[in-house]
Amino acid sequence: MQNGRADADSTDGGCSSPVTLTINGTIHEVTLDNRTTLLDALRERLGLTGSKKGCDHGQCGSCTVLLDSRRVKSCLLLAVTLDGRDVVTVEGLAGNGDLSPLQAAFIAHDAFQCGYCTPGQLCSARAVLDEVAAGWPSAVTGDLTGPVELTDAEIRERMSGNLCRCAAYPNIVTAVREAATSA
Amino acid sequence: MRPFRYHRPAGVAEAVALVEAAPNAAYLAGGTNLVDLMKLGVQRPDLLVDVNRLALDTVDPLPDGGLRIGATVRNSDLAAHPLVRQHHPLLSRALLAGASGQLRNMATTAGNLLQRTRCVYFQDTGRACNKREPGTGCAARHGQNRDLAILDWSEACVATHPSDLAVALVALDAVVEAYEPDGHRDVPLIELHRSPGAHPERETTLAPGALITAVRVPPLPFATRSTYLKVRDRASFAFAVGSVAAALDLEGDTVRDVRLAYGAVAHRPWRAYRAEGALRGRRFTAELAAHAADVELAAARPLRHNAFKIPLIRNLTVRALTDLAAAVGR
Repeated sequence: MQNGRADADSTDGGCSSPVTLTINGTIHEVTLDNRTTLLDALRERLGLTGSKKGCDHGQCGSCTVLLDSRRVKSCLLLAVTLDGRDVVTVEGLAGNGDLSPLQAAFIAHDAFQCGYCTPGQLCSARAVLDEVAAGWPSAVTGDLTGPVELTDAEIRERMSGNLCRCAAYPNIVTAVREAATSA
Repeated sequence: MRPFRYHRPAGVAEAVALVEAAPNAAYLAGGTNLVDLMKLGVQRPDLLVDVNRLALDTVDPLPDGGLRIGATVRNSDLAAHPLVRQHHPLLSRALLAGASGQLRNMATTAGNLLQRTRCVYFQDTGRACNKREPGTGCAARHGQNRDLAILDWSEACVATHPSDLAVALVALDAVVEAYEPDGHRDVPLIELHRSPGAHPERETTLAPGALITAVRVPPLPFATRSTYLKVRDRASFAFAVGSVAAALDLEGDTVRDVRLAYGAVAHRPWRAYRAEGALRGRRFTAELAAHAADVELAAARPLRHNAFKIPLIRNLTVRALTDLAAAVGR
């Protein structure tokens, strides 16, 4: 399988499609093999290699990006379905060259070792802060109808879709907690 | 992955006509299961009909106090919906116990009901599986079957249905609204999924080409006291080893009414009607709850590696109901 590498071909029986994607504020018009995942489109066609391919099956979280401000796994999204949608990758988290508070907290608290999962961790954590602000409960929230307090147990549960095989989890929790309180 | 054509229909009728006319077409909603199975070569559609932009994504209160949940309402939106959290907490609990934050943002209500088993033999194209390739046999029957069924399995298939949401919805007597080539049809959720029998490849009672457009949840006032307990092999982001959805209505300490359903025990979400019958009208105690579970599980036939699921489900039943009874008393 050459996911994301097949170019438009008028003889392919309609198996490729034109797609317009906004990535980190920039509009991209590309024609993609329908099989191309958003992750492969980002990495192989648009040169945005910050999003990482770990398992490619939605289990590890290293490919996490924000789609219309919500965190998703880009390895399980077919790019052809995203025409007109807005994507933010790890490359888009910093504004004007300044690290976001979350990114700064990851550095300050040494929230990684090899760094491979970090782009996904950052995008996921960015969305966790928004989800908590919106009052979304989690599996460990005691009162479903009450306000959400971002305890360490809440952070761990909400970040459980992002694996870190270096096991930097304690420092990731600390970084997310600090970003939540400084936001 | 095999090449496929992609179509984004303008309406439900067009979507159904497209899939009905193409024998190897599939609907694409959240894609969290389908795209993965396509990568694995388990599903090989030649046409994907994208239903994500058909405006089936709202949760609407019904005049009778029930809810109508659009087919493409995302799991995260449904779990966080104020009416669901207030009136049907077992739905929020079941959804939040499933998958991860990223996947819940993608996965849809109808897609959740129609997701495929996570039996490892089904997902491995190198192994025999009657569900994936009818007539090839069942590698799980005498294989590693710890995670698989204890109820209602057949020699052809011992797979379980993996959904948490479906277990909670079947406890609530939910009704699936389907658009079939012949028109609209209401299907009680309890009748949507089939027992495996000799044809585990036939998973639902929907007509070929049918599209689920919504799920209706009838009103159940005592569902404000309901819960969903799920046991899994790690604290988060794993499929159930066993689960229980429960709602309890007590009058004094007598069980006026109860809803009970089990997950990860059968090819379908399992409504525990027999256990409910053993509970209604009796004085509630933990012993009664255990007895009710035993009544339901008397039909269980564990496989070589999963006999532990019987006491697991029994204990979950007791815990879910005693927790709810204690909450009623508060």
